[in-house]
Amino acid sequence: MAILEVENLKKSFDNLDVLKGISFSLNKGEALSIIGSSGSGKTTTLRCLNFLEMPSSGKITVNTEAGSHVLFDDSVERKLTDGEIRKNRLHFGLVFQNFNLFPQYTALENVTLAPKLQAKAGEDYKSDAKSVVKRIEERGVELLNQMGLADRAGYYPHQLSGGQQQRVAIARALALEPDILCFDEPTSALDPELTGEVLKVIRSLADKDTTMIIVTHEMGFAHDVSDNVIFMDGGVIVEQGPPSQVLENPAEERTRQFLRGYSK
Amino acid sequence: MFWTVTMSLLAGLGTATKLFALTLLFALPLGLIVAFGSMSKWAPFSRLAKNAPGLAAFRPISALTNIIVWIIRGTPLMLQLIIIYYGPGLWFGQNVWGARRMLACTVAFVINYACYFSVIYRGGIEGVPQGQREAGEVLGMTKTQIFFKVTLLQMIKRIVPPMSNEIITLVKDTSLARIIAIIELTKAGEAFMKSDGITWPLFYTGVYYLLFVGVLTLLFNYIERRLSYFR
Repeated sequence: MAILEVENLKKSFDNLDVLKGISFSLNKGEALSIIGSSGSGKTTTLRCLNFLEMPSSGKITVNTEAGSHVLFDDSVERKLTDGEIRKNRLHFGLVFQNFNLFPQYTALENVTLAPKLQAKAGEDYKSDAKSVVKRIEERGVELLNQMGLADRAGYYPHQLSGGQQQRVAIARALALEPDILCFDEPTSALDPELTGEVLKVIRSLADKDTTMIIVTHEMGFAHDVSDNVIFMDGGVIVEQGPPSQVLENPAEERTRQFLRGYSK
Repeated sequence: MFWTVTMSLLAGLGTATKLFALTLLFALPLGLIVAFGSMSKWAPFSRLAKNAPGLAAFRPISALTNIIVWIIRGTPLMLQLIIIYYGPGLWFGQNVWGARRMLACTVAFVINYACYFSVIYRGGIEGVPQGQREAGEVLGMTKTQIFFKVTLLQMIKRIVPPMSNEIITLVKDTSLARIIAIIELTKAGEAFMKSDGITWPLFYTGVYYLLFVGVLTLLFNYIERRLSYFR
């Protein structure tokens, strides 16, 4: 069963329809890339999955070992509570285009802040706070190691390069062990010489079968890491399938047109 | 003579310091409430968006707060002080303040400064990028956690420079209290000019203000330095 199922997802702002019915599914351990020009609805799709925007209609289901969770369903009349929204968000991690690291915390503190806050509500925190905190910090260090930032744990964001900041942001998102990790144009705010180090890290996550959705403009990268690619235009999915199909032999004229802009 | 002047000025300084401290004590939190009021998005007629778009966009709390802030910032503190102290007596035939001049004065100062502080707070809150709040949200943090763990310190860092300006102005504004016959520092210094025809106590008075503001400047520099570890 697919880990994520999105059915007929719609979103409008006032009278502007940004998403006009998006349906796709994602299997555990797979990487999905969403491509398309700006304004096509890629970022809005991610923001709806993370409940930074409330979908206007549609259905979002996440299936984990713990069971099947319907996160959003417009046939249910009542509004989601803040607590439910927070619970929904924990299925997803989101890495922003602009990193959005917390400037007043070190790299390690950025990674451990949310897990520590969550642990405080747990039972074993009351009985043995010290070892819980210690475990979270060890895990934080380990994640930074994975990102190649072992020596930067004590640095503040403004002391790090863009590429390093984005890698800290990835570690921060991984710290909560989300079922699905989302990237919103993770390299768009970086100088060209810094994109490589971030793409390398995402690639290594893909090799470890991390379930991911990547909104990107890096076509070569999308081709290499994704199991499936979605091309969006004007708030709809124009074409989806494996990269060999969507990127190499697109069936739709609109996809071909879009890709031609990149081959130049 | 020097001794007499010193004692008199110290008493005036005491009064000024008391007014200064009380104003900060109440205006700092009240200003935050006013700031939230002016940022209130409550629009009771928002359902009329189709028929009356103007009315739908009307946000009564925000509008009312903004009008109050406009009036308070748009008129002299001295005028507000006179109205608050003498007004009730003339309207109701009985001065509700009685001998509590300091209380009346504090009320006028708190209202006035809360309005100025509110605008500074609002700038600080709105100046924290939306992405900071969103980053907290996607990490499953509650609104309270986001405010205290993410935005608050960034907001404080932003408001320290404009706040230091306003608080230094407050030190000197305490001299307005004399208009309702409170003997504060300036009044105390001026008294010797009138009674003894000497001017040096006026300069001596200035030294007291300079020292007061000097201490505050050091304090604000210290706070700014403490917050300079992040950007």
